[in-house]
Amino acid sequence: MKPKKETLPLLPGTGLKDEDFKKGRVLTTRWDADARYGWDAGVAVGRYLAGLKEGVILGVRCHKCGRTMVPPRIFCEWCFRNIDEWVELKDTGTVNTFSLCYVTWDVRRIKEPQIPAVIEIDGASPGMGIMHLLGEVDPKQVKVGMRVKAVWKPAAEREGAITDIRYFKPI
Amino acid sequence: MGRRVAIVGAGMTRFVRRAQETGKELAFYAASEALHYCGMKLNQIDGVVLGSAPDTFDGVHMKGEYLSDGAGAWGKPYMRCYVGGGTGVFSVIHGWYHVASGAFDTCLVVCEEKMSSFQPHPQAAFLTIFDHTTERPLKPNLLWIFALEMNRYMNTYGLRKEDIARVAVKNKNNALDHPAAQIAAPVTLDDILKSEVLAWPVQRLDVSPVSDGAVAVVLAEESVARRITDKPVWIEGVGWALDTAYWTNRDLCYPRYVEEAARMAYRMAGVTDPRHQIHVAEPYDPFDYKELHHLEGLMLCGRGEAPQLTVDGVTRRDGELPVCPSGGLLGVGNPIAAAGLMKVAELFYQLRGEAGKRQIARKAKRGVAQAWGDLMQVGTVVVLGV
Amino acid sequence: MANRVAIVGIGATQFRSISPDVSYRELVYEAAVKAYRDAGIDPRRDVDTFVTCSEDYNEGTSIFDEYVPDQLGAALKQVHTIAGDGLHGVAAAVLQIMTGQFRVAVVEAHSKASNMLTPDGIAVCAQDPVFNRPLGFNNLFIAGLEMNRFLHTSGLTKLHCWQVVQKNRAHAFDNPLAGRAALVEEYDFANARPLAAPLDELDVAQPVDGAVVVVLADESVVRRLKGKPVWVEGIGWGNGAVSLESRDWDRPEYVTRAAVMAYRQAGIDSPADQIDFAEIDDTFSYKELQHLVALGLVSAAELSHWIEAGRTGTQGVLPVNRSGGALGMGYLYEANGLARLYCAVQQLRGEAGRMQLSAPRRAVVQSWRGLPTTSAAVAVLSV
Repeated sequence: MKPKKETLPLLPGTGLKDEDFKKGRVLTTRWDADARYGWDAGVAVGRYLAGLKEGVILGVRCHKCGRTMVPPRIFCEWCFRNIDEWVELKDTGTVNTFSLCYVTWDVRRIKEPQIPAVIEIDGASPGMGIMHLLGEVDPKQVKVGMRVKAVWKPAAEREGAITDIRYFKPI
Repeated sequence: MGRRVAIVGAGMTRFVRRAQETGKELAFYAASEALHYCGMKLNQIDGVVLGSAPDTFDGVHMKGEYLSDGAGAWGKPYMRCYVGGGTGVFSVIHGWYHVASGAFDTCLVVCEEKMSSFQPHPQAAFLTIFDHTTERPLKPNLLWIFALEMNRYMNTYGLRKEDIARVAVKNKNNALDHPAAQIAAPVTLDDILKSEVLAWPVQRLDVSPVSDGAVAVVLAEESVARRITDKPVWIEGVGWALDTAYWTNRDLCYPRYVEEAARMAYRMAGVTDPRHQIHVAEPYDPFDYKELHHLEGLMLCGRGEAPQLTVDGVTRRDGELPVCPSGGLLGVGNPIAAAGLMKVAELFYQLRGEAGKRQIARKAKRGVAQAWGDLMQVGTVVVLGV
Repeated sequence: MANRVAIVGIGATQFRSISPDVSYRELVYEAAVKAYRDAGIDPRRDVDTFVTCSEDYNEGTSIFDEYVPDQLGAALKQVHTIAGDGLHGVAAAVLQIMTGQFRVAVVEAHSKASNMLTPDGIAVCAQDPVFNRPLGFNNLFIAGLEMNRFLHTSGLTKLHCWQVVQKNRAHAFDNPLAGRAALVEEYDFANARPLAAPLDELDVAQPVDGAVVVVLADESVVRRLKGKPVWVEGIGWGNGAVSLESRDWDRPEYVTRAAVMAYRQAGIDSPADQIDFAEIDDTFSYKELQHLVALGLVSAAELSHWIEAGRTGTQGVLPVNRSGGALGMGYLYEANGLARLYCAVQQLRGEAGRMQLSAPRRAVVQSWRGLPTTSAAVAVLSV
């Protein structure tokens, strides 16, 4: 089909290059935001963190839909009702999906990849996973469906945080 | 349905890695271009809506307010809607309900994104999208979630990287004809597959570039629309859905929230057989696999079947179902909210036959635009028709 | 309005200076459960669309709308965020219902202000990054400039502003949700620390945590529900000049524009006569006075007389912020408008307990988005 009309001939907007900044061709301002927060973990996540400090992964159960959920919440989001009980889950699970990541969160290149994964936790309903890292594994050997187990920090070093689990390793 | 609402004008800035213009200036340019396209003046606009993704990019709190004068909102009813990456298409829905309600006859929709303000790299701003207690301490990279989703998608359906990468080839080359495009040179399949691995299976050229840019469209109620143009493009259906925030509890192989949003939009538009009734699609493609994922969610093909459509050339501009004829985010660039609205603008041009070199070969009377965002969680869908 | 919309359910937590026992999710869940029970609806089954109001910087989370659906019973449903006050959210919900495509809408807003460790550092990020921030002023300087101009042009004094503070904080004693009730005496004013003179610390509403959820429905649904509907007769919103360099420092014209829009829909041509009580923005003491005029409730000439005669008090002809306002309830960020709306609905239903005014029929509720914005929203409610 023949173009009827060049609809967007010359659009506004000026692209800058690095050297425009380096050579001072454009002026800029700079601001380091002083934005700090201390978030309340609340009932559900608070107890989850307390469990991690003890070396236990806790989940919650809804009797209406029968799901066992992790991370914990005080309500079942599908039934919209309070959860019924707290349950201790295993610290083992199955890799649902993973990645081999060669850049850090602030976009620095790394040689050995970080291996984030969604890990379905044993004892929770199928498909109930948490995000964590894999370790003690050759990146080439990681597979979806791989069985893994939590590697905990020593009890004395645990502080009630998701990082109380260092990573999950293959079993 | 309430009153019929049409898009009567669209305009945009160029998408660039770092714009000299401030966010306000980008918004002003886009709004001016859109008004100019349909020969309207700002005083004919009853209300203004704005779409823009995280405030952290600009480092401006209450960014909606900050951008208001640039967006032409001074002295007008003005609101900013927000659904993360889904915002660009949602902003049209937001404008649609302003007009469809009967409270407004015209509405200017402006989407702006200036990602380059965040230093040293805008991607680091995404750390703060993760749950502050259960995820952020792991120092997640934005790429993780895409890589996790892409890997799940590939694993579930046994898909090959090279089939997915064809989407990037198609879109980046399509974009060479787009005057707003950030991409400057043709790309081959080999280029994509040999590009640097960022977070396997995601490689650099699987990803859309970060951009600064702005897009605007003008909406009008039926009788007003017909006075403005003899080619109004009707908003036939709108849909959106936000899935649970517990993303690690969902199967990432399929975007059910997109399906939910599409069903809503199709119902409103009277579309019962999308594969035959949709003639052109602009699904959200910040990563190449996302176009495929979304084609499936939009029910334009079966689950796991989208890669084959690309292989078979169905989704090319001269194919049976042209997909991202604009060049998409992969090619034109990804100023988040503006990129979503660019897709709606593309359908506007395509359905009016004004897409120039990008004009698709087949005759198109109806198209669908879709955006996606949050924690792989939200689908926003607009069905347009002439 | 063509398709009449009513408020059919309200829910709120208490407004407290801290809430370390609950997460923001749990805070919102409490308000949501209460609102749905009040309306007699099931969110999973009955609600067509959800609107949540939040700002990323206040939450400390980018793309905060990710985290809103679950605690509202909204997962995999129609949910979107308005980066605005709760009343802007109500406007968005009303527009959606008016399209005829939606019958029941939910609006949510909350504040976890106590989780902001550097509230001033966060607030300052709303200043223009090129023109204003490099000057290094706390946001409050803008209120100081405006208050000074207001006192100059209105001929009012700080004493009038103090009366607003005394009134609202005393009102709050009767509001079981309120977190900032106090008897403020002359001694306190004399000793109040200046912040941005003429503004001092007692003029400023102090932040609290809390959540409010409101359920709206169209007429067909209202008839099926048991509760007493409170109709949204009009809702307007307006935007002024955001730049400090070009704004009108004499009056908040954006409030007037929002009011005109709402009054037009409600068929109100003489607000002073047609409105029984007002729940309006009092982020700073002088703002209540400024807004009374901007809303057309009191003429500028009569303002000082009105205040001195106590006409905006409990026994006055136009009770203003009987709830305690933001000065008495606490400052709830995006939830300010919904907190006022909540209290206005209680009044109109006759369920306001010790706050109850005598048989009010119509209220005006107004919000302003705070410094440095020129965004306002106005709703007219009636029974």
